[in-house]
Amino acid sequence: MATKYFTDDHEWILVDGGTATVGITDHAQEQLGDIVFVELPQSGASLTKGGSAAVIESVKAASDVYAPMDGDVSEVNDALEAEPAKLNSEAEGGAWLWKMSIADESQLEGLMDEAAYKAHIA
Amino acid sequence: MGDAKTLRQLPLKKLHEAAGATFGGFAGWSMPLTYKPGVMKEHLHTREHAGLFDISHMKLVLITGLQSAAFLAHLCPIDPDNILDGHAKLTFLLNGEAGIIDDLIVTRLGATRFIAVVNAGNAERDLGHMHHHAAAFDCKIEELEFAFLALQGPDAAALMSMASFDVEDLRFMQAKEPKAGWFVSRSGYTGEDGFELAAPADDVMKLAEKLLADDRCQWVGLAARDSLRLEAGLCLHGSDIDETTTPLDARLMWAIPKALRQTGNFIGADALRLAMENGAKQKRVGLKPDGRQPVRAGAKLYTSDGELAGRVTSGGFGPSAGHPVSMGYVAFELGEPGTALLAEVRDRKIPITVTALPFVSPRTFKGK
Repeated sequence: MATKYFTDDHEWILVDGGTATVGITDHAQEQLGDIVFVELPQSGASLTKGGSAAVIESVKAASDVYAPMDGDVSEVNDALEAEPAKLNSEAEGGAWLWKMSIADESQLEGLMDEAAYKAHIA
Repeated sequence: MGDAKTLRQLPLKKLHEAAGATFGGFAGWSMPLTYKPGVMKEHLHTREHAGLFDISHMKLVLITGLQSAAFLAHLCPIDPDNILDGHAKLTFLLNGEAGIIDDLIVTRLGATRFIAVVNAGNAERDLGHMHHHAAAFDCKIEELEFAFLALQGPDAAALMSMASFDVEDLRFMQAKEPKAGWFVSRSGYTGEDGFELAAPADDVMKLAEKLLADDRCQWVGLAARDSLRLEAGLCLHGSDIDETTTPLDARLMWAIPKALRQTGNFIGADALRLAMENGAKQKRVGLKPDGRQPVRAGAKLYTSDGELAGRVTSGGFGPSAGHPVSMGYVAFELGEPGTALLAEVRDRKIPITVTALPFVSPRTFKGK
């Protein structure tokens, strides 16, 4: 069964088996405003927890998206490059950013569940 | 920017809160950055209908007295005696090296009565500069405590009629006092037709409510004000022009009458004449990133050979242009439209092309 986690940096991570799908939260897209450009990591790239993995540009500003854990990128959501505004409409659904392996499951322990994240942004 | 406690609050703050504004610090003021629709919709609404901007952070300065025209001729590269009553000019406060301390709009209301509108972030510096140089002239400098709105877009003129303002006779860069206590100019910072309106806060509040009751008009925040002016090729002081750039570098010499360039005795005149003799080393240009990625202020520009070519001073996404838009300075010989350069964005170099400004054709009202 898949488990959804959240980070302080307003990312969501859906963990299903050994694979994590990463995206930004609906709260994050609201804060960013109209998104006009997304730069995704390369498929196969090796990510380190806390390192910049993607860049999202809104009309207002550029924001980094950080890797929530160590692991390798297995798939990226290429559709976002042509249609970045999808991040405004489906941030926690179809507009996921990338999928990655989980190198160290203990790194999941510090993440929030949905209730904790809702309290965090309240 | 300072924390919220030290920021100055707009007189119409309650209206912005009611409209769901997100506030941020700008030039010492707590300003509405965006409202509920968001920057993209606010921007497009302005170009399609009309946007209402609270610009009360900007400073209106009344200059009166027998020698007010002589004072302004010394202070700025303008010829106040040859401006018609009710006409407004873009001009500059220059330092001794012809660097731009601020850009401002000066309107002549009468032979001994002028209004200057200066940028919020520079107001204190500007006023110090003005008072210092005014000492030798018989003139008086007063700061007006007005609330100040800009109404911009193709429906602006119709909305002004609806609000019972008789301003149809005004053309772009003309102004008048249509009612006691009101100052209205047909001007703006978007490239659209529109007006800037100043009056005591209570009167401005009532006008804003009246305008906003009409669907054609909605609040537009500072974020869209920036994307609108960038598409229109207009400079933001502190980013695109500052004390290290001259009107020559910035390609703003059109604002300085030809005779004054040769014989004017304004502050910075000698330095400007020397710069003109030597020729500009750099020039302000439009820059269009080839892809979808915005190239923002601070990005360095390079030639394909890896030589430093210049810098980006403003950049973002242009909602009406439909692509990213930037402005910056390049070495003079690289300033021809079509010149291909590279912009450094987060350690990558992406193609960017020198283009003519503006990105979106102006629709200011020059007469029927």
